[in-house]
Amino acid sequence: MLELKNISKTFNPGTVNEKRALKNVSLTLEDGDFVTVIGGNGAGKSTMLNAIAGVWPVDQGQILIDNQDVTKLPEYKRAAFLGRVFQDPMNGTAATMGIEENLALALRRGQSRTLRVGIKNQEREVYKRLLATLGLGLEERLTSKVGLLSGGQRQALTLLMATLKKPKLLLLDEHTAALDPKTAAKVLETTEMIVNRDKLTTLMITHNMKDAIVHGNRLIMMMDGNIILDIRGEEKKGLTVEDLLHKFEEVSGEEFTSDKAILG
Amino acid sequence: MNIMNLINALPGAVAQGLIWGIMAIGVYITFRILDIADLTVDGTLCTGGAVCIMMMQSGQNVWISMVIALIAGMLAGMATGLLHTFMGIPAILAGILTQLGLYSINLKIMGKANQAINVDKYDLLVSLRYIKGVPFYKNTILIVALMIVVLIFILYWFFGTELGCSLRATGCNDKMARAQGINTDFNRVLGLMLSNGLVALSGALLSQYQGFADINMGRGAIVIGLAAVIIGEAIFGKIFRNFGFQLLAVAFGSIIYYFVLQIVIWMGIDTDLLKLLSAVVVAIFLAIPTWKSRYFSKPVRKGGV
Repeated sequence: MLELKNISKTFNPGTVNEKRALKNVSLTLEDGDFVTVIGGNGAGKSTMLNAIAGVWPVDQGQILIDNQDVTKLPEYKRAAFLGRVFQDPMNGTAATMGIEENLALALRRGQSRTLRVGIKNQEREVYKRLLATLGLGLEERLTSKVGLLSGGQRQALTLLMATLKKPKLLLLDEHTAALDPKTAAKVLETTEMIVNRDKLTTLMITHNMKDAIVHGNRLIMMMDGNIILDIRGEEKKGLTVEDLLHKFEEVSGEEFTSDKAILG
Repeated sequence: MNIMNLINALPGAVAQGLIWGIMAIGVYITFRILDIADLTVDGTLCTGGAVCIMMMQSGQNVWISMVIALIAGMLAGMATGLLHTFMGIPAILAGILTQLGLYSINLKIMGKANQAINVDKYDLLVSLRYIKGVPFYKNTILIVALMIVVLIFILYWFFGTELGCSLRATGCNDKMARAQGINTDFNRVLGLMLSNGLVALSGALLSQYQGFADINMGRGAIVIGLAAVIIGEAIFGKIFRNFGFQLLAVAFGSIIYYFVLQIVIWMGIDTDLLKLLSAVVVAIFLAIPTWKSRYFSKPVRKGGV
């Protein structure tokens, strides 16, 4: 479903702030893969997701989504294939617009915006039904401004928006990291529910090793712009945090230093 | 200070307020919806006036002249939009560049710094002579008020369409907009075109109203536009929730601005100081949101589903 071929990206080339964020990264995702991504700060996790999303052009390499080369497509065109949820709950929604207006924008992802009416009446019933599955009571507040919602509610809504029109690939960039533990668990539960229901191919970055192990069918670890571990199938099912730390030391030759990654 | 002088001046203030109200609605589109402070408008207002007057002088119909003025304004907005998106220049600077360029263009359109049009010789749509003692259907206040109502209806419809919604999303959160497949660059250019088209239309009306177009007629226009937006929001913000009414509030804000201006003039304040006064008032109103959050903020509600 997704194929990265030797992707490289260097920020601020030729300056003292030069940072080689991605070094010849290659990755292939099968249809229906739910891959969790872990790694310390600056490992290149978010950079990889942004490269796929097309936030900026990559320096070299090729990106294929569903066998279609999207390397040269601008971000807004690639959005036709992608559902995205960001770390910051503020980023995924338009705060001054209503819940239904946000959903209507998401429903039209990948279509050209015409002079037809922005929300059709029959859409509202669909939104109500889908909002009800979140269990947050948002189905009663269709016209409320999204700015009035809490961070957890906004992330749940963003998740719904990202999947309203079935994406070929769902990109979750630490979408629970800015939430309190209880809310984060609830949003993760919703994520799992939607991904399973729609059988979505998913790439989920997390800082929490336990979450990375519990969720998905495959786990990759990144360091210094490289993928250093790729665990899948039966091997992933039996994985523990200790195993993971051990493997990390084996591969990298150093101790895992990011407490945040261990404790979440 | 004869109160009759003030009362006699008020219809003129309403007419001017309404004409500037169209301009202020244009400013609202960039400032509030697109979240851009677009300084192009100082030049576009004159462009609209210049195009309208020159076309009428050459014998064109007043409506055709105004439509061409509107299109000229949209082109100016497109210039700023392309400077901003295609060339990556910050929006404020892009606006200043277009504004500066327009100074030359406006001079070239008019051939000199000032062009007059005689209300007796040309069939003008609005004029300061058409405020009292004309049949009601020729009354400038009525005509401009009707135009504003029609414009608000059109804008209300447009911002409810798929394209209009995507434009609002672009201004609110462009990261989200792109993630939802919205071409934010295109929308910014479109919004700037829409806004500057309205400003030029306002300029076309203003030049007819005062009987001339002048190279300096747009100086500080952005401040008047912002003042109208801010006054409208401050007074009607709590009552007018609906988008259409919010636009109406902007037009009312513009009228109130001209009312206050008339009162200040009537009180005998040195008119040289008026622009300073406007600048100070707008600066204070723009500071209010910052002051509110800094000195009167309530604790933010934390997360929680």
